[in-house]
Amino acid sequence: MAKFSLFPESASTIAGQVDGLFFFMIAVSTFFGLLVAGLVVFLSIRYRRRSDAVATDPPLLNSLRLEVAWTIIPFLISMVMFYWGASVYVTMARPPDDAEEIFVVGKQWMWKLQHIEGRREINELHVPVGQPIKLTMTSEDVIHSFYVPAFRIKADVVPGRYNTLWFEATKVGTYHLFCAEYCGTEHSKMIGSVYVMEPSDFQEWLSGGSGSAARSAAPVEVGRTLFAEKGCVTCHKAEGSMMGPSLVGIFGSERELAAGTRVVVDEDYLRESVLNPQAKIVAGYQPVMPTFAGQLDEEELLALVQYIKSLEPVDARDESAEAHAGQGEGNG
Amino acid sequence: MDRAEKAVDYLNADYGVRSWLLTRDHKRIAILYLLSITVMFMLGSVFAVLIRLELLTPAGDVVQADTYNKLFTMHGIVMIFFFLVPSIPAVLGNFLLPLMIGARDLAFPRLNLLSWYVYMVGAAFTLWAVITGGVDTGWTFYTPYSTTASHTNVLATAVGIFITGFSSILTGVNFIVTIHTMRAPGMTWFRLPLFVWAHYATSLIMILGTPVIAITILMLGLERAFGIGIFDPALGGDPILFQHLFWFYSHPAVYIMILPSMGVVSEIITCFARRRIFGYSFIAASSLAIAVFGFLVWGHHMFTSTQSVYAAMVFSVLSFAVAVPSAVKVFNWTATLYRGSITFEAPMLFALGFIGLFTIGGLTGLFLAALGLDVHVHDTYFVVAHFHYIMVGGALMGYLGAIHFWWPKMTGRMYPEAPARISAALVFVGFNLTFFPQFILGYLGMPRRYHAYPEEFQVLNVMSTTGASILGVGYLVPLCYLIWSLWRGRVAEANPWGAAGLEWRTNSPPPTENFAATPIVEEEAYAYPLKEPEVV
Ligand code: HEC
Ligand SMILES: [Cu+2]
Ligand SMILES: [Cu+2]
Repeated sequence: MAKFSLFPESASTIAGQVDGLFFFMIAVSTFFGLLVAGLVVFLSIRYRRRSDAVATDPPLLNSLRLEVAWTIIPFLISMVMFYWGASVYVTMARPPDDAEEIFVVGKQWMWKLQHIEGRREINELHVPVGQPIKLTMTSEDVIHSFYVPAFRIKADVVPGRYNTLWFEATKVGTYHLFCAEYCGTEHSKMIGSVYVMEPSDFQEWLSGGSGSAARSAAPVEVGRTLFAEKGCVTCHKAEGSMMGPSLVGIFGSERELAAGTRVVVDEDYLRESVLNPQAKIVAGYQPVMPTFAGQLDEEELLALVQYIKSLEPVDARDESAEAHAGQGEGNG
Repeated sequence: MDRAEKAVDYLNADYGVRSWLLTRDHKRIAILYLLSITVMFMLGSVFAVLIRLELLTPAGDVVQADTYNKLFTMHGIVMIFFFLVPSIPAVLGNFLLPLMIGARDLAFPRLNLLSWYVYMVGAAFTLWAVITGGVDTGWTFYTPYSTTASHTNVLATAVGIFITGFSSILTGVNFIVTIHTMRAPGMTWFRLPLFVWAHYATSLIMILGTPVIAITILMLGLERAFGIGIFDPALGGDPILFQHLFWFYSHPAVYIMILPSMGVVSEIITCFARRRIFGYSFIAASSLAIAVFGFLVWGHHMFTSTQSVYAAMVFSVLSFAVAVPSAVKVFNWTATLYRGSITFEAPMLFALGFIGLFTIGGLTGLFLAALGLDVHVHDTYFVVAHFHYIMVGGALMGYLGAIHFWWPKMTGRMYPEAPARISAALVFVGFNLTFFPQFILGYLGMPRRYHAYPEEFQVLNVMSTTGASILGVGYLVPLCYLIWSLWRGRVAEANPWGAAGLEWRTNSPPPTENFAATPIVEEEAYAYPLKEPEVV
């Protein structure tokens, strides 16, 4: 890792696209840069003052056509750059459906990560090669930014909301993980490594791990327990009640609010519903839900959100133990 | 005109500290500003030196992490709010605007003096903050770090910046009113020197943008001091809101720093090429276009901040659009050289250097406007390199060119040419060696504001520090010979460069009332070749 180079490694599916755009921009910039520099140097030499006599002034070179040309041409080229940049950005913003979710919580000054199976890591991230990974991230304190140069991806990790980031690693290896948003004293120490492994090695790693911290319960399970312990279940039964709406199958659906507006249920909405229930009241219910702000840390919140996401409606379910448990919860 | 009058000028019209501190002469106020911002520039440079020393090695060994964080914060704050923003407008704009339009002073001379005092009070607060421990939030003051996490002197600094903002606003108002109402007979809008157009556009931004940063900083102060939740999510606030407000001012502020330099370059190039400017109206219009569009692109600082994809696209497309007027200017300056009769005195070298460095800065700005690419290079050294190319390669080169160009007018003395040319070369070479490697560092992935960094980045950082040493010498040399020239420099004539423009038609240095008789303008700007050198 510690050798000098002029170009970063490319180790994700998106990296090639970013580099392609980068080379295109370099080519265009070099062309225009050299054009301007060349002209300045050439004209300076060609038209340097040769005598002190006042030059008999040649007619002014002044063509509107020229000026319109060098207004329009740069504009058109820049629109190509815009289009290209935007299309790469859209790809970055849309994780594929089969992406594995990993949870990231940033805090001064470390990265806490948890795999969907429950395995936890600090400042390290192990992922299998060739598998799309989606990171759902938030911060416990100030803004941080999750940055893996070899993957060409970065997203700010903002307190009070979730931000996502996805990638698919293409090359086995170890890569830098940086915090890119200034976050205080140890900002430059808030770094770690991403280990991209062969899928079989990854499975082995996932099932291995020593120490209780590394082998904690899956977030969904933690969420299920919290849902009962914190008393959510008394109001939110699977079939719904006067006390509160059923949460089964709400994720991704559209809710009608008492205020008359509609809202799509996503992670941020769930999070807000727990921490600031009065902000958006579901139509047909009273604003009786107490706030849980201060009672849950970011990891517990992520677990609860994960659990609510996992609740599927009765008819859409097979014999899945997951859904069964969901209903059991509702009855308890 | 009258040779006898030459003895009395604005410098020797009156003596004593009092005559300076209570002056209402725009030229003297310009000198007051010149002295103050030079002190601030030196302070900011000391911080820069320490930063570059720390980055010489990968380990954080020269200073502690907290100290380093304070250094880059205070470097940014001092250089931006206390040097670059006031630099050309408050010094050269102040000195030259009335002269260029044939007026005796600015519209509101007392307000002008007040703006300097306001600046000084703001600077005093900030210096006090520095002395009593400094501040470590970065010049961007991002919340909630600045409101809840930082243990440093955020409030004092914020007050300092808040106060200084009013000095910008006062200057802006003064310039706009002056340009509207005090033009000499015959000085129509389209005969104004482009320096004046640039300052008009700059003043617009100062008036429209500065109140926003003032209020933003006020809100930041309220949250930090009294826990009123505005930006901190723990208090029900929104940290991203701060970024929107901050960049709403701070992006246009980049144009406050660069537009005046562009004005300077138009003056210098025409003079040393002995040509009318190519495409006068395009350049004038592009200054205004930049001022207007500059207000619509702030979101390009936030492409990774959870902003919606559609918002990001709008900001991206507008950011590309705002690059076009700048490109137009570069092409027009280049075309001005065509069929010129060019000489290469130091101001011209600085101006040509400006074109080169500003072009690189502008082109790399496109990289940052391109969404998918920005995600990778945002908050890395690529950004650091880019904005130094604009703000040091561009704005500061322009400032140095301007100081040399108008030095004879301001002081009545010529600077020595040989060392000035050497320093222009040193600055150009040193600058590129300092900042070009940072583009590469950024694409490699080195984040900005890192006290320590992985070893593989060291070679490029060493290059950068080496370049910075050369750059430092390039700045020290002019400081020495300019001071020297005050006593030993050749006495300057009214128009040592054979330049067009009303400021050259009065004595060097000008009398307090600027012109013995109000000049009457009968020509376009830059009417080269000059018919006959005359002094009003
Ligand atoms: C006192 C009863 C009560 C408790 C306890 C309670 N809630 Fe609620 N909850 C409600 C009510 C009533 C609503 C609908 C009104 C509203 O939107 O605030 C609601 C709404 C919600 C919603 C939005 C649902 C939708 O349909 O859009 C979510 C999510 C939620 N609660 C989660 C939780 C979680 C998680 C807990 C436990 C940490 C919890 N609630 C505890 C009463 C409760
Ligand atoms: Cu961080
Ligand atoms: Cu950080």
